[in-house]
Amino acid sequence: MSTTSIEKTEKHTTTTKTGVKKVMHGNYAASYGAKVARAEVIAAYPITPQSQVVEKIAEFTSSGEMKAQYIKVESEQSAMAALITASQTGARTFTATSAHGLTLMHELLMWASGARLPIVMVNVNRAMAPPWSVWAEHTDSIAQRDTGWMQFYCETSQEILDTIIQCYKVCEQEDIMLPALINEDAFYLSHTVEPVEVPHQELVDKYLPPFNPKPELTLNPDHPAVFGSLSKPDEWYPEFRWMIHEAMERAKKRIKDADSEFGKIFGRSYGGLLDLYKCDDAEVVLMCAGTLASTTREAIDELRNEGKKVGLARIRTFRPFPVEDIRALAEKVQAIGVMDRCFTFGYEGPFFTEVKGALYHANNKPKLKGYITGMGGRDVDVQLVKKIFADMYKVKDGKQDAETVWVDLKADVNNMNAWLKVR
Amino acid sequence: MIEIRFHGRGGQGAVIASNILADAAFREGMEVQAFPYFGVERRGAPVTAFTRIDTKPIRIRSEIKEPNIVVVLDESLLSAVNVTNGLKPNGLVLINTAKNPEDFKHLKAKIATVDAKSIAVNNKLGSKTAPIVNTAILGAFAKATGLVKLETVMECARDGTPVKKDENANAVKEAYEQTKM
Amino acid sequence: MKIEIKSMKDLPMLPKTLETTIGVYNTGAWRSAKPILHEDKCNKCYICWKFCPEPCIRIKDDKGNEITPKIDYFYCKGCGICANECPKKAIEMVMEA
Repeated sequence: MSTTSIEKTEKHTTTTKTGVKKVMHGNYAASYGAKVARAEVIAAYPITPQSQVVEKIAEFTSSGEMKAQYIKVESEQSAMAALITASQTGARTFTATSAHGLTLMHELLMWASGARLPIVMVNVNRAMAPPWSVWAEHTDSIAQRDTGWMQFYCETSQEILDTIIQCYKVCEQEDIMLPALINEDAFYLSHTVEPVEVPHQELVDKYLPPFNPKPELTLNPDHPAVFGSLSKPDEWYPEFRWMIHEAMERAKKRIKDADSEFGKIFGRSYGGLLDLYKCDDAEVVLMCAGTLASTTREAIDELRNEGKKVGLARIRTFRPFPVEDIRALAEKVQAIGVMDRCFTFGYEGPFFTEVKGALYHANNKPKLKGYITGMGGRDVDVQLVKKIFADMYKVKDGKQDAETVWVDLKADVNNMNAWLKVR
Repeated sequence: MIEIRFHGRGGQGAVIASNILADAAFREGMEVQAFPYFGVERRGAPVTAFTRIDTKPIRIRSEIKEPNIVVVLDESLLSAVNVTNGLKPNGLVLINTAKNPEDFKHLKAKIATVDAKSIAVNNKLGSKTAPIVNTAILGAFAKATGLVKLETVMECARDGTPVKKDENANAVKEAYEQTKM
Repeated sequence: MKIEIKSMKDLPMLPKTLETTIGVYNTGAWRSAKPILHEDKCNKCYICWKFCPEPCIRIKDDKGNEITPKIDYFYCKGCGICANECPKKAIEMVMEA
C-alpha cells in the first residue's frame, strides 16, 4: 500500500478483551508483533517476500507510533552487524529477511549466538536460487541449523505475531540470552490476508518486561571491556560452548512456560515445542513444520470422519529440537511420517533425519518414512496429504517400499505426479 | 466454504480486490483468507488472486483449484487464460465487459457482467487506457452473489485504497447498480 | 588486577575480557621497549588512554577518582602508540634489557 497516506481508521476492527482483530497478511502481523513487543532498534534490508514487514515498521517509526530507531543498511550482513552491536548495548533488537538475505548473514548469525545476544528475527521461508524462486521452502532456515539460534516455525499469521512476543520473553532471560529465528512460509503466510488480533499494549507490557541485561555484560562506558576476545584451546572455548548448550536445554521448558502463560492471558497457545493434534489415540502421525501443518489438520479431520485414527505432531521448534516430546509421542504411535519442505543433498530430508535420530534411543521405535513435499513452493493440498496418510498406513502394516521419497514430481509425461524413491 | 478466484492483469488491482473482499466478509463476521498467486508482477502480466470465505476458521493453505466464483477483471484474459478451469458446477463467472451475459454462453456457467472499465474511467480511477477496475468489480460481486453487503464493500473500498477513497466507493455503488445477470 | 579463572564456574556468561584477555596472558613479557610516563610533564588529557589498543592504561583508581595515567606492565606489549600520541611528549619508550 502507498505510504503517502497513513490513515488509521479503527472502524474495521473487532475489539476484544485481549486485543483488536483486523485482517492483515503475515508480514504485517510480524510488524505489529515487533511494535507491541516494543523492539527498540531495527536494521533491515528489503527482499521479496519480506519487504512489507519492514515497510510497515518504517511507517510506525516515522509516525511516532513506535519508539524505535530504524537503521537503513546496505545489506543483510550489515543489518545483523548493526543489531549485534545494538543488542550488545542492551537494546531490544528486531529484523526480518528471507532466503538469500538470511544466508548472507550466516557468518554473523554465529556471532550473535556466541556473543549471547537475544536478537529476534523473522525469516520468510523462500527457496534458494538457482533456479530463481520466491516461493515457500525451508532450505534457507534449515541451513542455519548450526548457528546456535533457536528456530520456530509458524502455522498462522497470528502465531507469527504471538511468537515474536514469546521469543523476547524467553530469549532475554538472563540464563538464556540466545537469539531466535521465527519462520513464516512465503506467500502462504507472508502475503495471505487473514484475521489477526493485535494484543492490547497494556497486556503485552504485563507479560513482557523491558530488556534489562546486567550492565557488566553490555557495551557500557562504566564497565569497559572487550567483547569476543581470544580463547585458546586449553582455555575456555569449549566451556563457553557448553554454556550455550546448557542455555538451549534450559530454553525447552522456558518456551513451554512462556507459551502456556501467553495462553492464560491471551487465550491462544501453540503447543510449546511439539504441537499435537489428535495424537492421543492415533495409529499414524504426520510430522511437519509451517503451513503444511495447517493443511494437514484439514486432511486429518476428513480422514477421522472416515474412521481413520490419524494425528499431527507439528514441529514448532526445530532448535531446541523436541527430543523428549518426540520420544514420548513414539510411545503411543505405530507409524510416523515426516514431511520435509527441504532436502539435504547427499542424504535426505533434514527434519526426517533428526526425528529418526531422536528415536534411536527411544524405548518404542515406530515405523518411519520421510516425504519431501512442496519444494520451490509447489502446492501441497488436502488431497496430497491424504495420499501421504494412505501411504503411511501401508508403512504401519509392514508394507514399506521406501525409506524416503519425493512426492508430486513431473517425472515424465506419463507420470506427472510421480513419487520418486531416494532409498 | 466459498472459494473465489480473481483473474486480472498487473496494475488493475486484482490482489487488492481479493483483500478488500476478505476485509468485507470479515467485517460481516465471517472467517476469511486471501492471497495472490505471486507471479511476475509487472503492468500487463496476468495475475491470479484468491479469496476464501467460511463460517469456521480456514486452515487450508493451498491454491484454489475448484472455485465457486471466478472474477475476470480484464476481458482479454478470456482468450489468454482458461479462467473457468476447475469452476464448480453451477459456478458463477463475473466479467468486466461492455457486453451482456448472453454473449458468454460458451463458458457454460452462470454469468454476470458489468462495464467496470467505463465506471472506473468515469470516476477517474487510473487512466483511460489503464483504468483501475477492482473496486467497481467488487460492487458487481456484491450484487451478483449477495455474499457481502454493498455498504460494507463501499466502506472497505475506502479503507483499502490509498487515494481517491470517495471515487472508489462511488465506483462500487455504480457497479452494484449496473450489474447484469 | 588480574582475575583468575580456575574453571567454567568462574567464566562470565559471554566471551568478554575481564582484563585484556579472558585468561591470564602475560603479554607484557612480549615487550622490547617499555613506556615510562614522566608525571611532571603529564596534564591528564588521557589521550594515551584513548589510543591504547589493549587497553592497559588506568585513569581511575579503585574509588573512581581520576588519577595520573598508570600503565599496567603485566599486559603492556610496548607498541609505543601512547608515546606517539601524547601531546606533551610525557611518555618515553625505554629499551628493556
